[in-house]
Amino acid sequence: MNMHIHIYAFRFLSILALTAMLACNKSISNATASLPSLTPANEDLNAGSWKTILLTRPDTFAVAAPAATTSPAYAADLNEIKGYQAHLTSDQLGQIKYWSAGGVLRWNETMRELVAKYNLPPYQLPNGTYPIPSSTNPFAYPLFPFSNPPYAARAYAYVSAAQYDALIACWHYKTLYNRGAPYTVDSTVKALAGKTSLPSYPSEGAVLAGATAEMMQLLFPDEIASIQTKLQQQEFSLIASGAAAPSDVTAGEALGRQVADVFIARGRADNAGKAVGTPSIWASFVTTAEANNQQPWISLETPARPPMLPLFGAVKGFLVDSAAVVSLRPGPPPSTGSDSMKADVQAAYNTVKNATREQLSLVQFWADGVGTWTPPGHWDYIAAQDFIGQNYSEVRWARNMALLNMAEMDAGIVCWSIKYYYFNPRPSDMDPAIRTLTGVPNFPSYVSGHAMFSSAAAAILGYLIPARAQAYATMAQQAADSRVWSGIHYSIDCTTGATVGQNVGNYAVQRAMIDGADQ
Amino acid sequence: MKLPFTRRILTLLALLLTACQGLRAQTDEDAIMMGKYDLCTGLTYTHSSWDYYWEGTYHRNNYNLGTVKTQMVSLMGIYGITRHLAVVANAPYVWTDATAGTLHGMHGIQDLSGWLKWEAFRQKIGSKGVFSLFALAGGSVPLTNYLADYLPLSIGLHSRTASGRIIADYQLGHFFATASGTYTWRSNITIDEQSYYTTELHLTNQVQMPNQMAYNFRTGYRSNRWIIEALFSDMVTLGGFDIRKNDMPFPSNKMNATMAGAHVKYEFKAIKGLSLTAAGNYTVAGRNVGQATTIDAGVFYIFDFNHKSKTAETPTLKTK
Repeated sequence: MNMHIHIYAFRFLSILALTAMLACNKSISNATASLPSLTPANEDLNAGSWKTILLTRPDTFAVAAPAATTSPAYAADLNEIKGYQAHLTSDQLGQIKYWSAGGVLRWNETMRELVAKYNLPPYQLPNGTYPIPSSTNPFAYPLFPFSNPPYAARAYAYVSAAQYDALIACWHYKTLYNRGAPYTVDSTVKALAGKTSLPSYPSEGAVLAGATAEMMQLLFPDEIASIQTKLQQQEFSLIASGAAAPSDVTAGEALGRQVADVFIARGRADNAGKAVGTPSIWASFVTTAEANNQQPWISLETPARPPMLPLFGAVKGFLVDSAAVVSLRPGPPPSTGSDSMKADVQAAYNTVKNATREQLSLVQFWADGVGTWTPPGHWDYIAAQDFIGQNYSEVRWARNMALLNMAEMDAGIVCWSIKYYYFNPRPSDMDPAIRTLTGVPNFPSYVSGHAMFSSAAAAILGYLIPARAQAYATMAQQAADSRVWSGIHYSIDCTTGATVGQNVGNYAVQRAMIDGADQ
Repeated sequence: MKLPFTRRILTLLALLLTACQGLRAQTDEDAIMMGKYDLCTGLTYTHSSWDYYWEGTYHRNNYNLGTVKTQMVSLMGIYGITRHLAVVANAPYVWTDATAGTLHGMHGIQDLSGWLKWEAFRQKIGSKGVFSLFALAGGSVPLTNYLADYLPLSIGLHSRTASGRIIADYQLGHFFATASGTYTWRSNITIDEQSYYTTELHLTNQVQMPNQMAYNFRTGYRSNRWIIEALFSDMVTLGGFDIRKNDMPFPSNKMNATMAGAHVKYEFKAIKGLSLTAAGNYTVAGRNVGQATTIDAGVFYIFDFNHKSKTAETPTLKTK
């Protein structure tokens, strides 16, 4: 009897061990790890005439005529491609496949990664104050930048807008010079990243690489080197895949960098550098609120952290000018001494206490807090996953991402302007018994950034993909609700924020209706 | 042949379903076997707290957490199938809380864990010495859909695990030394987010959980009535990443901990089968974990279903 049981025991242990070994393969893969090559349904050959954002003309920057495909210089280009194609490693083939899914998509993913990497609030100094990241000393702790939501919104917008203008110029020259891709010139060149009828001079992929890499000077100076490496990988992939000749790539990168420099110049003067404020400015928000008989917002962190980018509301928007920032501002939240406010605080307390698992899930899903891609990055992901199915051309990808991210940046500007105008305390400021289901953001409550970012995104995305408009609206509602469920916002922060966010999003819709892409 | 036995095990596990994690050291890490057909059930309360933690290798506190407390009530069951084979199961109810900052604590039923413990080898050495070897296979499954990515206040990591453990024990009179090594496979987990950053951005809700090794050494006095022992344990995560400066912790962090402590168990003479336990543990060194001080106390009672052997050996006396 005992003997039998021991044999069973041995078998049982063996089966468990075997099961465990089989469960050993735990590799996970990203949602966009194995996308097919981008094969646009429409190459948007008229995009050279679409409305630019900063460039005054598509040919502001000259691109010299390419060498003829019959020239010795072009023959050398072809020989270089053939040389690569004869000896491609599996790693290089992997790179070709990765980039063939689309340059706008891949660079947007890279931006989301950088934002998540740099989205960490600085650790306090021994004296209880906080060091401020410095763009002039970016490698010293705290690393520059702290890519919090407003910073991130602006970074996504600048990169997307620069990419868009650079591709408008690129399309202008493509149709002007009309030089085909290497595989159309020489049938022995393989098309490893798919075939298109789009002229390849200058290379749109290299334009994107050049524009994005150049923008790092302004946005993520610590990453210039890593992005340069990524640029080289993309450019090699473009050439080795037969999609672009080395001369297509050289011209493209140069054009992309030149266009990006226009955006960098704007970025250096858009007031973002002053958004951190000064101790006297921080104190002035408190005195103003108190002068209006309002309980001011107070940092819930210990030691108290200065408010996040209090002057971000003065940053120059792409779609919304400074007069509109004022006209978009909603009326005040309930006075902090009012019964209405008391009721809102009680509602916040009860909501957290009664949170369901489903609500906890959505709180986590939409949290997009410290160490993440932020709400604008989350909406970029939502957009990108849908854009993938639309088979857009690169230039339309860039246009739609630029519309989305300009709306997000301007939503951030308007939101921050409102937050610091009213300097309204968080529920946990009003009642310290309110414990929250996600971190309390370190800035005033009214109106909700999540509500504004999400409604602005839903408005422009609903215009771009009408079939998904209802889904975007539902997601925006969930994102806003999740902030109430987590106890960090009053309901009115989110309902008001959603309305203002939609109004900002409509600026992007207005632009989209006349930019030439949908006509 | 295989099935009825497996079914019996499952039935037993089901029977003990309400059972913990608290006193892990009590039965699945010691060199003690139950009497045949004995069922030992126990209730343990555990209190663990820390205010310092390791952010990667950086030792720090956090004024926005204050003291992080975890409390558990665990129900445990151990059943002796034979004198050389036992099954162990437990399940805890867990509460978490932080004394500072705004983060809301969590509470709920955590994971069911079970072990099959087999005394594979026993050899008398001299007149007073006994050397024995044990092989254990175990596993755990989350019992509820609790949040994993809510560290440090989540009640668990929500991974399914499978473990193998070897225990070697040497007893000389009333003195003993026990050493064990454990390998734990941990399944990937699903989180509520669509994306997360480790050392790179992941576009998935799946999190790869690195496996773990654990070592345990205990030595002291063991008799009919008493166990008094010193404990040393070391947990090493085989992979994972460090919490970055001022970042939040994440389930797939490289969590390492070296702990030292003591454990006492007393078995009553007057009420046969009743015993009390108490233990304390302190985290001496760690990485991406809290520097926890843990105390627990438990009460255990043995039901003897083998009426023929009323005077069967108590679980603490197997080696005599």
